[in-house]
Order: sequence, then C-alpha cells, then structure tokens
Amino acid sequence: MSFVEYSEIIQEGDVVIIFLGHESMMPIKVQSGAQTQTRYGVIRHSSDLIGQRFGSKVTCSKGGWVYVLHPTPELWTVNLPHRTQILYTTDIANITLMLELKPGSVVCESGTGSGSLSHSILRTIAPTGHLHTVEFHAQRAEKAMQEFKEHKVSHLVTVRNQDVCKDGFGITAIADAVFLDIPSPWEAITHAKSAMKRKGGRLCSFSPCIEQVQRTCEALLDHGFEEICTLEVLLRVHDVRTVSLPLPDFGPEEGSAGSSQMASDVGQEEVPNTGNTSVICRTATPPREMAGHTGYLTFATKPLD
Amino acid sequence: MAECGNDSDAESRISYGDYVVLKRGDVFKSVQVENKKKVIFEKQWFFLDNAVGQLYGTKFEIEAGGSLKLKAAKHTGDSLGKWCCGFMSLSADSFIFLLMRWYCVSPVTDSKEAGQDNRHIVDDGRSQKLTRDDIETLKEQGLKGQEIVQQLIDNSTTFKDKTEFAQEKYIKKKKKKYESDITILKPSTRLLAMMYHGREPGKICHLRYDSMAQILTLGNIHAGSKIIVFETCAGLVLGSVMERMGGFGSVIQMYPGGGPTRAGMESFGFPSHFHEMLHEFPLCKVNALLAGTLDLSEKDADSEANSSRNGQSESSQETSGVSEEKSSEPQSMEVSVDPQEEMRRAERERLRGQKAQEKKVKMEEKRKKLASAAALLEGRNADGLVIASRFHPCPVLMGLLKFIAPSRPFVVYCQYREPLIECYTKLREQGGAISLRLTDSWLRHYQVLPNRTHPVLLMSGGGGYLLSGTTVAADAAKARNQHKSEEPVAKRLKLDEISSA
Repeated sequence: MSFVEYSEIIQEGDVVIIFLGHESMMPIKVQSGAQTQTRYGVIRHSSDLIGQRFGSKVTCSKGGWVYVLHPTPELWTVNLPHRTQILYTTDIANITLMLELKPGSVVCESGTGSGSLSHSILRTIAPTGHLHTVEFHAQRAEKAMQEFKEHKVSHLVTVRNQDVCKDGFGITAIADAVFLDIPSPWEAITHAKSAMKRKGGRLCSFSPCIEQVQRTCEALLDHGFEEICTLEVLLRVHDVRTVSLPLPDFGPEEGSAGSSQMASDVGQEEVPNTGNTSVICRTATPPREMAGHTGYLTFATKPLD
Repeated sequence: MAECGNDSDAESRISYGDYVVLKRGDVFKSVQVENKKKVIFEKQWFFLDNAVGQLYGTKFEIEAGGSLKLKAAKHTGDSLGKWCCGFMSLSADSFIFLLMRWYCVSPVTDSKEAGQDNRHIVDDGRSQKLTRDDIETLKEQGLKGQEIVQQLIDNSTTFKDKTEFAQEKYIKKKKKKYESDITILKPSTRLLAMMYHGREPGKICHLRYDSMAQILTLGNIHAGSKIIVFETCAGLVLGSVMERMGGFGSVIQMYPGGGPTRAGMESFGFPSHFHEMLHEFPLCKVNALLAGTLDLSEKDADSEANSSRNGQSESSQETSGVSEEKSSEPQSMEVSVDPQEEMRRAERERLRGQKAQEKKVKMEEKRKKLASAAALLEGRNADGLVIASRFHPCPVLMGLLKFIAPSRPFVVYCQYREPLIECYTKLREQGGAISLRLTDSWLRHYQVLPNRTHPVLLMSGGGGYLLSGTTVAADAAKARNQHKSEEPVAKRLKLDEISSA
C-alpha cells in the first residue's frame, strides 16, 4: 500500500480504511497482533486483515461485517485527524485541475495544515514531481512529516517549518504551481512569484472571505500575474430514493377509469394503496442542508519572465 | 537549501508540428503549428511561422499580411509601461482593475475627468463623432487597436461625463473589439476543457470543467494505474486521464462503433511514449471477452469484412512486389521506350503495392492491439473506470465494472440525472459497490474589482451529473448476503469465528 500506488494485498504497516457503512469509515494502521474495536465487534489484524485482498469483506466478532478499502487521498480527506480546518475533495479537484498539476509537477503549498490537500497533490505529481510544503506551526509540520512517512510518500515531499510570508518557500524558480491557504495570502505573493519557474506557472489562493480575495487580487496584479480569476464551486449530493405520490380521488367518472389511465400515462408503477392509488417514482432530492460556502478560489498565471 | 531550476528549454519552445492553444481574452482555440498554414481565430487570420522557436506563453500581435510579431517586453513596476504592454493579455476584468490603478498613479492623466452620475447623459445616438467609415479608414491606415480606442475616447462627447466606472466599462468594451493580442500556450486539461466547454459543449456532452475536475479526482487518476475509459467527449476525457497519468501505467479506451474518437486527446500533443500506454478495445466485443469466446485470430468478424474487401489488393500486392523489382530496372536502363509512361506505371504499381502492404500491416497491428487490450482487461484487475458518454450509462457501467479490481473508484458522468438514478438503484440491488454518491456541482465566477466585487452576472446552468463509488469484492451468493445485511446472523458468525480460531 502507498497513497501513490495501488496494491492488491493488505500488508503489515499499511494504512487501511475500514468502511462501516453509510458514510461511516475509520482509518487504521495494520499491525500484526493488534486489534481494532468497531461497533460490529473486534477486527483482529493478523487474521482478518494481513494477507487479505483490499476491498474484501471482513466479518467482525459481533456479527457484522465491514469492507477494508485501499487508502486514497479522497478517503483520507474524510477520515484524517483534523489539526486544522481542511480542504475537501470538491475544492481539491478544482485546484488540481486549474493549477494544471500532473506527474512531474513541482508544487509549493502553504500551510500544510492537516495534509488533506497535500496527499492529493502527492498522488497527482508522483512519481517524478515534488511538493514543497511550508507550515509555520512546528507541531503540525512534525505530524505531517510523520504521516507522509507512514503513507510512503515522504520521498515526494519536503516539509519546511517556517513562516511563508516572511521566509518564503525555501526554493527559487523551480515551481510549476503554488497553492496558498493562509490568512494573509497577499503577503506571500512575492515569495510565490520567486518560487515559480521563469517560464511561468499557476497560482491558487484559497480564502473564505471576500476581503481577503480583494487584497490578494490586488497583490497579484501588482506582481504582474495574469488571467486572474476568482471562482467558487459547490457540491450538491443527491439523495436517491423512492417516493410514493398518492393520486387524488375525483369521485366516480362517467366512462372509463380516469385516474388509473393518467397514472400509466406518466409511465410509473401504480400500486393500490389502502383503497386509493398512488404513483411510485424514483427520484434524487438535494439534501435539506448543504455546505453553502467553503472558500473562494483565486487563480492566476505567472507569465514568462 | 534554495534549489534552483534549470529545466531544459527545448520543450518549452514552440516548434513545427506542436499542438498549441491560442488565447485571446477568454477565448481559446487549439491548432497544430504547420509551415505557412493560415489560421483563423476570432475573425482574424494569420500564420504561426513566426511563433516557432519562441517560448510558450509568449504574446503576439497580428501585423498586416497575417504575420505574428512579438509583443514588446513588459516593464514591471512602471505602471505606464504596464498599461501599454501588459493589459491586453489580461482577462477583461483584471484589465479594468489595472487601468484603474494606472489612472490613480499615472502622472499624465491627473487631468482625469469623470462625472458623478448619469443624470445629464442623454442617449441621442450622436455622442461618437467618428463614423463607421472613419474607423474603417483608421484600421486601413494600420493604426493599432490601442490607438483606435484612444481615438474613440477622444471623439466621444459623453466620455468625460461618464462616471469613472462607466468609463472603464466603455474602454473595456472597445478594447475587446479593437485589440487583438494572441498568446500561444501549451495545451492542458484546464485550457482544453474550458475551450471545449466554451466553443463546442455539444461535442463533450456539456461536461463543464469543474465536473471534469471531479471525474479526475474522484477516479483517483494517477501515474502507474490501469484505467478503463469509455467516453464520447471527442477524446477530451481520454486526454485528461492520460495527462494525469503522465505516461505511466495504461489506459484502455473502450469505444463504440468502428473506432475510437481522439481529436481532443490529440490536441494535448502528448510525447510519443504516452501513446504506448494507450490501448483500445471495441465495446461490441465486451460480451465475447466476458464469455471467453473472443476470437483473436485474424478471422474475427471485423477484419474478415476488411480482408474480403481488400482481398483483391492483397493478391495484387504480391504481383506488384515482383513488378516493382522488374520496373525498377527498366526505369534506369531502358530509357528508349517511352520512359515517362513506364515510370508512371511503375509508380502506380509501386503505390498500389505499398497501400496493400500498409493495409496488411495495419490489420496485423489492429489485431495485435486488440489482443493486448484484451489481455489487459482479462485480468479483471483495472484500477479505475471513467464513463462519460452520450449512451445510457447503466449497461455500460454494469458491463465494464466487471473488469475493475475491488477497492477501486469509478466515476460515471451523464448530462442528465435520471439515467444515473437508474445506475444507482441497479448497483444497490446488485452489490459490488459502496459509497455511491450522485452529485453535481455549481460553478460561480466572481468579478473582483475595487468597490465592484460581485458574482459574475451569467453563470452556467448545469455541468452534468456524476455517480461515483468504490468497488468491493463481489459476493459468491448475492441473495444470501443481501439477507445477511438485513438481519444480523450473529450465531452463524460466531460459529465461523470458532472454526477459524
């Protein structure tokens, strides 16, 4: 197992995602002899996990079962231990595309935070790219480094414990892309620019507030960045379900059966329902509540020098 | 440790044969750079020859006769210089921003006049003193777009009375019309997805670039994996998947009909080794492959039809092989007997023979390709599945999911929601997949300007729907397991445990 390479069989030391059903998951580190408690009972690593195929069903002691999944950055994002607010997959997807990340890209990121985006970046730029990530919080930087090691991606990343606004990214003219998720991104634009390749590159800044965006755009313009573009992406998850709509009773009608005729016109299944008829249809409804705002994504291009 | 870059210049320079993306404002066009080829873009025509040898990202202006001329170097720090050279490549919005800043700092415009409101501005249709003919004359005189805009401003009687913001808006509009800088960029998923969505959304099933972003991320597309792609999005989705894999791993493109569509993928201009990871397999042979009845000898239906058609040319090919040898000699020696006629005939023969040979080679190649794709699929251990087509996704998904290993993501794109609801329901019944999610995303752009920040007026109404999920090990007896999921069969499980312990 590695976050940048699939494998078939679970081995000692792997991080696996236990799927407990209905969006409920937990990450565990596989160690021979170890046990993990779930609400379905105990999982014994040596017998239940090691040597099993990723994606297989594991029966727990209390008579339930779970699936063991291969870790991916997307699964990690919804399972990682939060040390900060994190970026979620919808934003990450757009950041990755708009920064034009691909295998071989050299990327700068700050701050590292909980490493949600970092894992995604590493997945995309492997095996030939590199991530230079800067985190001014010593403990967080340390923890991130440790995680990268456990996830077998540490060869692709350099974590620096410094203040990006003061000290920059620690590299010059080698980055294809820069990502900023800090409270005052406008203070880091100079450093971002000098980290980027002479032939140009892409930049993204994530900010929750519009005032931050305003100042960032101004700084970007001052530094000669082009194609400045601010956008926001919201994800709607639809709940697929079957609903039953009762048909109203208009009373007896002259001639043939009216209401049932109409129902079959609609092309849905019609079932008698305690005397009345109703129409069953499958639909997808948006959730009652959804994330309405995560942050504004501001993108820009550093032109040729 | 400050690492410094010295990446090779070669691949960042434009050369003949390259696929490039032309950019003017927010409009993109993908073209291949060819010798003396006329390119039409945004109502202008030009030749790309002068761009050859220049770095990607270079800006050009179009000169008379359609030749491209390098845009003068930009002086950063000098706001007037920025105003003169930099802005035309900016997006329209950032241009105003820049313009406004220039207004604020430039010493030459401190006589700037602007009105407070529009109470005295009357639309009498006569505010512009220049007529259309005048403008045409200016253009013919070879005046630069920038100069024409200045003329328009100078000859507008109402310009000075407009508010500062209205003035900017006016200039922005005129710039868009009269100024035409072109930037030549290296193709990327970002540019091509935006280009297709802007120019030909019908060709890519209205797949918006944010949905494309979701596909690539939810599919965990990365180097070294084995991905199955079924798309009818002109090859754009295929190209994006290949870009994310960087030439490592393999992509099997499943195609409907006679052959795969790849125009969009070609536009990426991938280096040749990327093509080595690309395989193709016809959808119409999936059933045969699954049943184990796929015939890989040359006698399969497809090539049989082909071979009967060129059976003739094949036989002629053998004779032509002989005649070629023969004809090559007389050609050089018997100059006396109508050499021209002889040469022409020989040439014809040679060409025919070549064609037949090529066809045979092609067929053999096709067969080999089919065999290699089949071999990749037969392992049923692919690392991901991406579907984005105009076909009903349900049968495609059910068919192709069989080739995916457990614990791997799959993503299905559809322009419409209902077919995905059906997929969802079917998968739930059948099992073998978890974490099913039916989603769509909203994309909103913002105009960010001092005192005028707001969402952009027009936003895309829909970028399509996605069904994503993760495969899991299929159960041997589905019916029994479905049972199991509903009622805890604790006893049986306990027994299992005892026996295993």
